Order: sequence, then C-alpha cells, then structure tokens
Amino acid sequence: MDVDIVCIGFGPATAGFLATLEKTDLESAACPGMPLQVICYERADDVGFGVSGVVTRARGIRATLPDLNPAEIPMATPVTEERLVYLLDPLGASRRSRVLKAGDRLLRTLGLPREFGVELPYVPPFLRKHDGLVMSLGQFMQFVGGRLMASGKVQIWPGMPVEKALIEEGCVRGIRLVDQGVDPGMDIRAALTVVGDGPVGAVGRQLDQEFKMPEGHHHREWALGMKMVVDLPPGMELQPGAVFHTFGYPEPEIFGFLYVHPEQVATVGIFVPSWFRSPMRTSYRYLQHFMQHPYLWRYLRGGKLRSWGAKSLQESGRRGEPFLAGDGYARIGEGSGSTNVLTGSGVDEAWTTGAQLAEGVVELLQAGKPLSGTNLEQAYVARRRSSWVEEEGRIAEKARDGFHHGILRGLCGMALSGFTKGNLVIGGEPKPTQSLPDYYQGKLSPEEVDRITGACRAQGLASHDALMDRCGWPAIPYDGQLLVSHQDALLMGGKVQAPDGFADHVRFLDRNICEKCAGQLCIEMCSGQALTPNGGVPAGVPAFDREKCIHCGACQWNCEQGNLVFQAGAGGLHSSEN
Amino acid sequence: MPFQIVVCGSIVPDPLQTLEPITGPALKNEMMLPAVLDPWAGHALFEAAALAQENAGSKVWLVSLGPKAKLQQVMMTVAQKAPFELVALDGPSSGFADSFETAGVLADAISAIAGLDKSRMLLFGGWESASRGAGSTLQMVGERLGIMEQFLGVDQLTILPDGSMEILERMAGGQHQVSVCAAPPAVLGWATGFRPAPRNNPQVGMANMRLVMPALQRAKAVAVKSDGLSFQSVMLPKQQRETRIVKNMPAEEIAREIVAWVKEN
Repeated sequence: MDVDIVCIGFGPATAGFLATLEKTDLESAACPGMPLQVICYERADDVGFGVSGVVTRARGIRATLPDLNPAEIPMATPVTEERLVYLLDPLGASRRSRVLKAGDRLLRTLGLPREFGVELPYVPPFLRKHDGLVMSLGQFMQFVGGRLMASGKVQIWPGMPVEKALIEEGCVRGIRLVDQGVDPGMDIRAALTVVGDGPVGAVGRQLDQEFKMPEGHHHREWALGMKMVVDLPPGMELQPGAVFHTFGYPEPEIFGFLYVHPEQVATVGIFVPSWFRSPMRTSYRYLQHFMQHPYLWRYLRGGKLRSWGAKSLQESGRRGEPFLAGDGYARIGEGSGSTNVLTGSGVDEAWTTGAQLAEGVVELLQAGKPLSGTNLEQAYVARRRSSWVEEEGRIAEKARDGFHHGILRGLCGMALSGFTKGNLVIGGEPKPTQSLPDYYQGKLSPEEVDRITGACRAQGLASHDALMDRCGWPAIPYDGQLLVSHQDALLMGGKVQAPDGFADHVRFLDRNICEKCAGQLCIEMCSGQALTPNGGVPAGVPAFDREKCIHCGACQWNCEQGNLVFQAGAGGLHSSEN
Repeated sequence: MPFQIVVCGSIVPDPLQTLEPITGPALKNEMMLPAVLDPWAGHALFEAAALAQENAGSKVWLVSLGPKAKLQQVMMTVAQKAPFELVALDGPSSGFADSFETAGVLADAISAIAGLDKSRMLLFGGWESASRGAGSTLQMVGERLGIMEQFLGVDQLTILPDGSMEILERMAGGQHQVSVCAAPPAVLGWATGFRPAPRNNPQVGMANMRLVMPALQRAKAVAVKSDGLSFQSVMLPKQQRETRIVKNMPAEEIAREIVAWVKEN
C-alpha cells in the first residue's frame, strides 16, 4: 500500500508531529487529487495505553495547541507546589555509603528530618516545573488522538506493531507491519517514514544498527520508571498540582516522585537507573518500600491502586541522538535523544521535535521539494539545532556523568552542570554491574547468595525478593488495596493482556550465553514477571510469558551480553490512566 | 445468495478496567476509561462478516449508538477486523439507558438506511450485553421493524442449499435447539458463536476508513429518554486471573489441579 507519510508509534513526539501537520492542507502525491495520506501505526492495543504520567512545562505542547485547557483533559491540572525531598532510610536496610550514613546522622542530630524526610529549602531552577502541568499522559494522548482523528486528516491504527523499516540502497521506503496472520508482512510504502517508536522501539534500533550512531554517541544509560496511580484516602490534605521530587530511598541511587491530579488522585513512582550497579536491581519491590516511606505513607495510607505501569527511559540524552534524518526517514522523540537528563523532562521535548519535523515537512512539500536526507537536514534538523530543545540538551549532555562514581558525586555533578549551564561537569564512564558476591559483601556470604539464588531459580522465581528479605527489607504487608502482589498490580493496575496466537516478541539468541549468565538481570528487572527462571540447572534460557509482558523493554538493556532480542508486538498495558 | 445484514452493537467499558458504580446510576470515570465493542455484539459482527464473505454481493452495516468520541476511538480497532459500513448515532451507550427507548432509536436509524431492502434483512446483535443484561433490546428493535422470526442465543447459522437458514440456539446443558427459517427477514441475537475474533487486518481497516470517518462526522445526536426509570442497585462482574508457567505437565495432572481449584473456590 502506498501513502505519503507513515508514522511508527503514537507517543508524544508523533502526536506533536501530527498535530502540527494537521493544521495544513496538502495534496497527496501517493493518491493525486486526495489530501495528504498520513497513517500512524501504534503497537499498543489502544491510543494512550503504552505511556506514562508526566509533569511538564508544556512549552512545546502549548505552542502547538495554544487553546489547550487542562480542564478539558481528565487528570490534568497546573503545577501548584514543588518540593525536593531527601528521604532517609527508616529501616536501616538500604545500601548506603559511610559518607551518606554520616550525613544522615548529622541531619538527625540537627533535628532536620520530619517523617524521615528533609525538605530542601530550594528547588534548583533547572528542576522546576512551576509553570507546567501535571497530566496523565494516557489521557492526554487520548485527548490529542481524538482531535486528530476527528479532523479526518490522519489515521491512527492501534494494535498494529511495525516489524521493520524497508531499506533499499540506503533509503527508507516505508515499513513492514508485523505478521498478524492475515497478511504476512504487509508493506506500507511512503515518501517519509517518521520514526517515533520510543527508546526501545524495534525500528529505531534497526536504523541505529543500519546507519550506525554518530561518533561519540551511544545508548548506554537507561532507567526503568515504574509508577502507580492511586486514589488518595478521603480527607487527604494534598492539593491538586503538588509535585514532590525525592532522592535517597529506597536505595540512594533510586529517585522518586509523587504528583497530585484533580479529584484526590496521585501518581507515585520511582526511577531505577542503569548506573545502580546492583546485580539484583529490581523495581516493583522497591516501589512498594518507597510508597511506605513515612514521608509519603502519611499521604498514601488508606489509598487504593487505580493503575500501574512501567517504561524504559533512554537516559543518554543528547548523546543518545542517532542520525536524525536520512533519505525517506526522520527520527523524533525519546528515541532520537531528545530527553533532557538534567531537567528530567522528556515529553515536551519529544513533542517539540515532532512539531519541528512537521514544520519542516510542510515547508518542503509546499515548495515541491523531495523528502530527501539533505532536504530534511535543512528543514528539520536545522530547526531542531536552533531550538531550545538543542540548547538545553547540550547543557544537560554530561550532567549525569558523575553518577558513575556514586550518588554524591552525581548530585554534585548535576548541580554544577545546572548552575554553570553545562560549562562545568563531573565526568565519568559507565561501569559494569557488580557481581553478586561483590554487591552483597558485608551483608551476605557468597555461599549464602549462591544458596538463595539457587533455591529461587529451582522454583522458577526471581531472586531479588529473597535476597532483599535476607538483607533486612521487611515483608510487604499486603492490604489488597494499594499494597498488592506484583501479579495483582498487573491485573488490577495494568490490566495487562496479549492477543493469543502470536510468536513471542522476546527471544534469546544463544542458549549457551544464558546458561553462563550468573545474574540473569533480565529476570530481576522484568517489570511484569514475564521472564522467569526455567527451573532447570544450570539456569538456562529464561521462560517468557507474553501475557505478562508490558513491553517496557527493560530486559533488552539489562541483558549486558546483548543476547536478548526485543521485537515489536501487540498487547501489554491496558490502562489509559498512566 | 446475497444478504443484507444489519448488526446492532455499541461500546462498553473495557472489561479489564476497574469499574466502580457511583450514585446516578453511573460508573466512576466511565468517559475516561478505554472502551471496547460490546463483546456480544462483536460476535454478531464477526459472524455477519463471515456470512457476507461466504455469500457474494452481501453487505454488512454496523449501527452503533454511543458517545461520538468514544465510538471513534473504538472504531479504530474494530474497523481492522471486519468490513462494514458504519451508521453512527451520538448518544448514551451505558447499561443504564432504557432498552425500549434505545430500541426505538436503533429501529429508526435502520429504517433510514438508504438502499437497505428490509425484506432481505438479517438483523444481528448480541443476545446479551456486557453492560445491559436484560437481553431485550434486539428483540424490541426487531418488533419495531416488523420482523417476527426471532432467534436468541444463536451459536451457529448455516445456509442450506435451498437458501433456508439452519439456526442453532443455545439451551441449557450445552444443548442446542435446531430451527430452520425459510428466508429473511429474521432477527438473530448471537451468543458466542464458534468463531474467534478476527485478527487485525490493515487492508480491511483502510477500506473501512473511507466510510467510518464520514459516518462519525455526520452522526446525529439522539436523545434516549429515561423518564420514570429508577435503579435499585448496580453490580459489577468479578474477574480473577492466576497465571504461572509450567512445562511438560501431563494433561491428567493439569485436569486434577483445575478440579481441585474449582472445588476450593
């Protein structure tokens, strides 16, 4: 099938692209006499299912949608209050350095903590979202998607994953849809393929491999964001628009957030970064401990889970930027390195890159110029280079490098970079994940770690829960409302499912590599317990259950051997409240 | 033999979502929750599409009453599964609308379909509804259109060589009542049928879209009266899921485990 423009993934970047493109009337070259034929294929089963919540300054979004009224979008509200909070460890279970422990003692001696949290008197300007919005990105995407489809100028097809780009002699000629059993590998040919499939998208990774990355650019910093949307208990004092940024707990490397929507609803979650070098790093268990921290629990106790989800974040920022355009294609959004790792902002930047591409495309089409790499460089990439996205992305570029030396140097590096506009930074290079004995040194003997992991794997279970129990993390007091089992979070919160009858979208290339893998971090970091030990000895290839996969892609960047293939597939999260 | 098949089907909240009744009656946040085509109507639509495919010259209309914005969203998925022409009506779709009034609105819309030969019409729909358990709407639509041959709980329709229709209606105990209907018009309220939901087909989607978006754009706002209705209570279906991965487990052992689980629950 021939169209003019085919888009991959309906995230904020593609939404920005389509919302800008939709404002113009252009004639189709693929179907002369017809309006421009624009199609977007989305992997998830509906618009807004595979996304997360957001606190955003919405500069780019407001520029495209000047009539944007948060009151028209469920769960959206202006930011009213921001707090930056250092969380102390109330349990003594987190893995803190001596320096950090000494700092905690000093804070306690000075009597500064309230409910084991110290509110910093000042939120640095580079972190502030004071003029922004708290939103459910799922609801926002439904809002934008509805407007776009009602215009009749754009078609958005959910439940239709894209297998790959069609590349002929260095030129992208369109896409091939995943074989869903009705029309094997249907090809959609287009003059322009817009790649906005996010940080772990199959097409984005294919193009990275095909065209390589620009020199010095890489995708080696990642994070997994996991969150819950919670009905706050009645009478809760938090006001809509309140935003908390936290650090220090449940592990010093894990950052957290809480923001409040209208109607007594809050989003609470954590980021687990790749520079947290634990070989047992995980997210769901840590999220539960995070929510129970006294500083937050006073607001959340008695609350009820509404929704749950997780996604990978590409944390290399501008240094994760691939070639942004070539013959017949352009890259936008998070997968194009637009996320600002200093300000912790990605949605607005992604949207803006999409809008910039649309402006460039309109300019070229109106001038009757082809959508060649050279023309896209001038019309899109040059626009992006001269914009605030690029300017702020450059400031942020090395802001987080200090975290490769530890949390304190990382925080200092961020502050230094933020206050000097990127002129001063603390450098650092990623280090491999620690070995199990190294990580648990001083807490558990290597023999005990072996015994625990062996017992868990024999039962087909991930090991992090048992190891965390043994290291002093208390059992989660499930209440069936907010503190629920991981599988209940999938069912009650994420409403996860997968259409039956399709091949697995997660595969392992070499059995021998899995058998020699000591940590099997793909299993520990799996957001949905979709990957589990196969119960054999040696550990062997993990078992994969499609029905539990939420397509967060954490398995892909946590397989340090590069032995795991993560392809596009339908299904996953079925909540539009994230 | 070509058929003119009209399927009545609307949307319901995605059954995977957490639904909470609130005073009204209504469901909390219903408009912001994802919606799907009512699964019972879905069976009817997929049976209609299969029948149309097997009988050249047949045509399928989907008459859908629901909030326009939600209909639009759901159609992006449904339109990929089966060819049909949409007749959209902008109005309430919740299970709290009166079936009699709803039937009136649907019957009027069907009567207004240009080119529809009602003497050859098969009126399909869900025998039940995921949001409206009375199972009475389709029957009343048929009555208003003057169709007296009505079959409810249908699992199978076979066109016999003489053009008559053999219809299997579901009865208690897994049994079916077999009827033969000489010719359309007839009402078939579908149970689950035996067909799986078709997979998404991008070509079907593209073909449908030429008519779906214009149909949505010209969808008339319709009022469904609710005078005199009072609701005693609202109950929600319960769902349970328990999943684990087991390899090489003998079928007998699986059966034993399921029986034990059923006894426990």
